[in-house]
Amino acid sequence: MHSSNSSKPTPTPLPTPDLALCARGVDVYYGTIKVLEDVSLDVYPGKVTAIIGPSGCGKSTFIKALNRIGELESNMRIKGEIQFFGQNIYSQRVNLNRLRRQIGMVFQKPNPFPMSIYDNVAYGVRVFSRPSRSVLDELVESALTDAALWNEVKDSLTKSALSLSGGQQQRLCIARSLAIKPRVLLMDEPCSALDPIATLKIEELIRSLQQELTIVIVTHNMQQAARISDRTAFFSTDESQVGRLIETDATAKIFGAASHSRTRDYIEGRFG
Amino acid sequence: MTTFFDKQLTKPLPFSRNLFSYGMGTIALLLTGFALLALFSVLFEIFRQGLPGLTWDVFTSLPAPTGEAGVPTGFGNAIQGTVLMVAIATLLSVPLGILTAIYLSEIGKTGAIANTVRFVMSILSAVPSIVVGVFAYAVVVLATLFNYKGFSALAGAFALAVIMLPIVVLSTEEALKLVPRQQRLASAALGANSVQTTFKIVVASALPSITTGVLLAIARVSGETAPLLFTALFSQSWIETLLNPTPSLSVMIYNYSGSPFAAQVQLAWTASLVLLGMVFVTNLLSRFVTRKR
Amino acid sequence: MIHQMSSNAHSESIVGGDRAWLDRSFAWVLRLIALAAIALLFWMGNVILQSALPAIAKFGATFLTSQDWDVNQLQFGALPYLYGTAVTSAIALLFAVPIGISVAIVTSEPFLPTWVRSPLGFLIELIASIPSVIVGLWGIFVLIPFLKPIQLWLHDQFGWIPLFSTETFGPSMLVAGIILAIMILPTIAALSRDIMTSVPSDLRTASMALGATRWEMIFTILLPASASGIVGAVILGLGRALGETMAVTMVIGNSDLISVSLLDSGNTIPALLANQFPEALDELHVGALMYLALILFALTLIVNILAMIIVKIFGFKY
Ligand SMILES: Nc1ncnc2c1ncn2[C@@H]1O[C@H](COP(=O)(O)OP(=O)(O)O)[C@@H](O)[C@H]1O
Ligand SMILES: [Mg+2]
Repeated sequence: MHSSNSSKPTPTPLPTPDLALCARGVDVYYGTIKVLEDVSLDVYPGKVTAIIGPSGCGKSTFIKALNRIGELESNMRIKGEIQFFGQNIYSQRVNLNRLRRQIGMVFQKPNPFPMSIYDNVAYGVRVFSRPSRSVLDELVESALTDAALWNEVKDSLTKSALSLSGGQQQRLCIARSLAIKPRVLLMDEPCSALDPIATLKIEELIRSLQQELTIVIVTHNMQQAARISDRTAFFSTDESQVGRLIETDATAKIFGAASHSRTRDYIEGRFG
Repeated sequence: MTTFFDKQLTKPLPFSRNLFSYGMGTIALLLTGFALLALFSVLFEIFRQGLPGLTWDVFTSLPAPTGEAGVPTGFGNAIQGTVLMVAIATLLSVPLGILTAIYLSEIGKTGAIANTVRFVMSILSAVPSIVVGVFAYAVVVLATLFNYKGFSALAGAFALAVIMLPIVVLSTEEALKLVPRQQRLASAALGANSVQTTFKIVVASALPSITTGVLLAIARVSGETAPLLFTALFSQSWIETLLNPTPSLSVMIYNYSGSPFAAQVQLAWTASLVLLGMVFVTNLLSRFVTRKR
Repeated sequence: MIHQMSSNAHSESIVGGDRAWLDRSFAWVLRLIALAAIALLFWMGNVILQSALPAIAKFGATFLTSQDWDVNQLQFGALPYLYGTAVTSAIALLFAVPIGISVAIVTSEPFLPTWVRSPLGFLIELIASIPSVIVGLWGIFVLIPFLKPIQLWLHDQFGWIPLFSTETFGPSMLVAGIILAIMILPTIAALSRDIMTSVPSDLRTASMALGATRWEMIFTILLPASASGIVGAVILGLGRALGETMAVTMVIGNSDLISVSLLDSGNTIPALLANQFPEALDELHVGALMYLALILFALTLIVNILAMIIVKIFGFKY
């Protein structure tokens, strides 16, 4: 029916169970307006993938499609296929709550819930199960430790999360996601509201989490992408304002010798 | 590996979680449905019962004496009374209300007096209208005005004005606050004094929103009954003076609602239709005024 | 002329002069009007207090506990009306709070498509603009006949519970409570919805990104974050219920006896005022009615100030 169907003779791509996320020919629309076209991107497990590109090119849109959170806030629609460890997440049978549990998300602005630090971290756990207090205590402690926040808050777990500083709030939001043990963590410019020191802490944290976790991070900060990511994807808009994935490769390659001139121009413009 | 995640993602939520979601969704929609049902039932009945009695006569005649058939019957006097008392109340409350609002937004701002006025106005807007009626009874009905003591249109209008005042003040202040500061500064920079700036710039550009507030206040008091019951009382004849018991649509609906005569009950329904029409039209008008500009 | 004006402007001093005088007197006129607006509330309170004095002097506090209301003997006690007001308002809240919060949720969360949701909110608020005497008329001719079999059934099945222990005539405290619920519903729904929509949508998304369903998000995030505002809205609704007159008068049956049974007729303070004021002649009778009006006035003041305090102090966390 849609013209792209006839021009792209893709039989359903083979399941790719060894890729954490795998997008194939993804178009994204808000209502009838197309903002992303034909994005095909592989996200390798246990690696940090950075998404860079000029503002408005659809980076946030893309990662909101990866855990299907976009359709909550807006009339976002997807064409094409996205697989999570080999399974099509846009299949009818997928349970969104379970999907989101597997693919966590950290937002641009820290958004802790208006409750205690402890309850924030326990929130996701309590949604899915009713663990005993001691099990919960352990989960909260390990999530906060993983998020490098435990030492700062261990004596004030019952204090309101809103009393924390911006950087601490963001790490709390990361801990909140870690507590439910996701396989993938999506981060949409998680440092853009933070000062340099808080940013550095989060970057260290991302590096340390990478062992067990797959991370996809959107950032407008080139240095950050270069510092923390293994692979980088560069998005940009064409003349018709539709976003596209220009290229994706190992970070060293993108920042050293990108194959596309537009990538090089962008990185030089922002980097040099 | 594949099958493990396959299960993870497609396994439905536990029964209890699904039950909670679907149960709450059903309950919320059902309860909302009840509210809508009540609304539609009220509107439907008023049309069903009121429409058959809606003839030209109802606007031009007095209520026919009970038991007389074939005589034109209506409530022209009640419409006259409602319009008259609401008009007087508007004349009393709107100038005072707008001046008070100007004080709040242009002079008092966040000072102690201004905050007290805001507080008192929001309290006043919550005082039950029957208490306002009691107040008007004590102040106007029990007093001798122009050699007249007793129920009168003036007393009714006074009560309605007291109810309108806080609505006008609070909505006008909101309207005035929306006028950008630069406009005031620009006017002052051209040498205008504060009276000129206030009326020629601030009030003038807020006029549509002020009108909206006034119309909403009018819509609100047009249907008031409690404050008129023992201030204006009622009368079966045309209005000749402000100092006599005065009929109104709302009090007439109340009086006839309990009548043993079918003709009077019919008049109550038709009067409800007319009154509701007046209130809704005023409401719609108020939206229209602000949308136009 | 032009020359004159400009020379005038040159000679005009920049301090003082008639302009400053005009500005200052304008400010003073407005200030006086504003003070008059404040005085209005105190005038109202004072007038009612003064008129109530004869009854206050005669009955004092026993007025609140006595059940006698006998116009011929000039014996007045307020208990049946206080009781009726409390009972009908409680029934009203019982119905209006869950319905109002449901309406607020349904009209603020995307369960329904926007083209259904926005007119829905408008329609519910339309209820607020229907004059209460019209709702009362509907109550007499539609609601009472509709509820009568239900009330009889309640008595048949649950007659052993004191609340349903009498057979109904039709008009009753239960009917009055339900009609009050309809009248305060828009207040509760609209205010609650405003509060819920001001909860940042970030929080909703964050909750659901952790795997919560929408209803789990509503109960764990949305309602707790807007709790104080909703309580404020409910208390404001209560304030309206306490003072609502016409619709109640028309369906409550106006009996001066206290009955535990909700299926019995009763009376409220505003309903009694509406019924007796037009015919009150004796000073003591008027005084007793004024005393009731004073109590009602004080009650609504307390309730509304309470609502403001709750919203201010326990205000919104964001
Ligand atoms: N909820 C929405 N509804 C409609 N258009 C949107 C919405 N969110 C984003 N857009 C549009 O989609 C495009 C991509 O936006 P976004 O993904 O936020 O870009 P980025 O994160 O790369 O800055 C922009 O043109 C933006 O205007
Ligand atoms: Mg973005």
